[in-house]
Amino acid sequence: MTTLRVVHYLNQFFAGIGAEDKADAPPGHREGPIGPGRVLQQLLGDRGEVVATVHCGDNYAGEKRGAIDEIVGLIATYRPDILIAGPAFSAGRYGLACGEVTLRARERLGVVAVTGMHVDNAATEVYRTRLHIASTQRTAVGMADGLAIMARLALKLAAGTALGSPADEGYVPTGRRIFEVAEQPAPLRAVEMLLRKVRGEPYTTEWPVPRYHRVPAAPPLGDLAKATIALVTTGGLVPAGNPDRLESGFATKWLRYSIAGVDSLPPERWQSVHGGFNTSRINEDPHRVLPLDVARELEREGVIGRLHPEFFSTTGNTSVIPTMRRFAHEMAGELRAAGVDGVILTST
Amino acid sequence: MQISALDALAKSVGSNRIVRGKAITSIVGDPDLSPAEERRFRKRLVVKALEALRTPVEDQLVV
Repeated sequence: MTTLRVVHYLNQFFAGIGAEDKADAPPGHREGPIGPGRVLQQLLGDRGEVVATVHCGDNYAGEKRGAIDEIVGLIATYRPDILIAGPAFSAGRYGLACGEVTLRARERLGVVAVTGMHVDNAATEVYRTRLHIASTQRTAVGMADGLAIMARLALKLAAGTALGSPADEGYVPTGRRIFEVAEQPAPLRAVEMLLRKVRGEPYTTEWPVPRYHRVPAAPPLGDLAKATIALVTTGGLVPAGNPDRLESGFATKWLRYSIAGVDSLPPERWQSVHGGFNTSRINEDPHRVLPLDVARELEREGVIGRLHPEFFSTTGNTSVIPTMRRFAHEMAGELRAAGVDGVILTST
Repeated sequence: MQISALDALAKSVGSNRIVRGKAITSIVGDPDLSPAEERRFRKRLVVKALEALRTPVEDQLVV
C-alpha cells in the first residue's frame, strides 16, 4: 500500500500564527502537520502522510487579489495526492477560503480535495454542489469528528471507492441524484415510515424538506403615487423567437427587456418558454403572466408614480436554489440602484 | 411582493407578501372571462398587489 501525500490547509488561528490580529497574515507553509493536523495524521494512519501544512490569514485569503492562487501554488510545491482544508465549522471567511482552495486545488492540481464545515456556514451553500464538504459541528468542539469524516472521505475518493449517501458518510448533500433499487416499493416504505412516526419511533425521510433562508420583510411603501414599481416574472416571458435563448428549465440566466413607452404585450411579439406547464394561455395573451397593460393604466391614472422602464424575466422551473438566490440578489441590487420602490413578481 | 397561483409554495420559500393568482397557466388573467372583464380582473389583482406593498408585514401576508 502506498502512503498518499496529504497537504492540510488551515487559517492563521488553527495554524497557531495568531488570532484576529493576524488575520492579514499572508500565505505560509511548513513541513508536516500543525495543530489539528496532528489529529489528522493519526486518523490517516499509514495510508496518508501529512507532508505539509499551508496556512493563510482569513482576511488575506478573502480580500487579497490572487491570494487563492498563492495558496494553491504553495500546495502544489508539495505534490500532494490529497488536500484537506479546515474544518472551518461556522466561520464564514474561513469557510469561503476552504471552499475556494479546495475547489481550485482539485481543478488545477487534479488532487482529491475535501473540506469540512457546519451546514449553516454561508460557504456551505456556495460550494456544496461542487465539493465534498464534511458536515461538522458549529465549533472546534467537533474537530476530531470533523477530521475523521474528512480523512475517511478523502481516502475513499483517492481509492476511487464510490461514496455512500450523505447521511451514511457524513458529508453535506451535494444535490446529486443516485439511482438505486430499493428492497421495498415506495408505498410500503411510506406506510412503514408513517407507522414509525405514529409510534414515536425514529425514521429517516427519503425527501428532506429544503430549508430556505427567511428574508426580513421590507418596510411598507409610503405614498404609492410617488413610488416606482417594477415588474418581474419567473414565467419565462421573452420576445417571440426567444432571441436570448432563455432556458425552459434549469435557468442559468435572467434577462431584461425594455417596456419604455410600451402599453401592451401583443402575442405576436412575446411568448413564454417556460417548460413546466402549458403556456398556450399565456401565448394567447402575455398579460396573463406580466400585467403590463393594467400597470400602465394605473401609472396613467396616478395610482402609482412610475412604472420601471424594464421588466426582468427568468424561468422558474426545476430551478437550482443557489442560482435563483443569486438572480434575486442581482435583480434586487439593480432595481434598488435604479430607484425602484416596489416589485410585483409574478410566478407560475 | 409576489403574485402566485401556488401561494403555499410562495409561503414555503419565504415570500413575505403574497397575492393568490388565478392559475399556474394564467397567473394574472382568466381565459373564461371576456377580454374587458379579464382586464378588470387583472387590474383588481394588481391593485391588491400594490395594497400588499403598502401593508406593514410582521409574519407572512397572504391575500
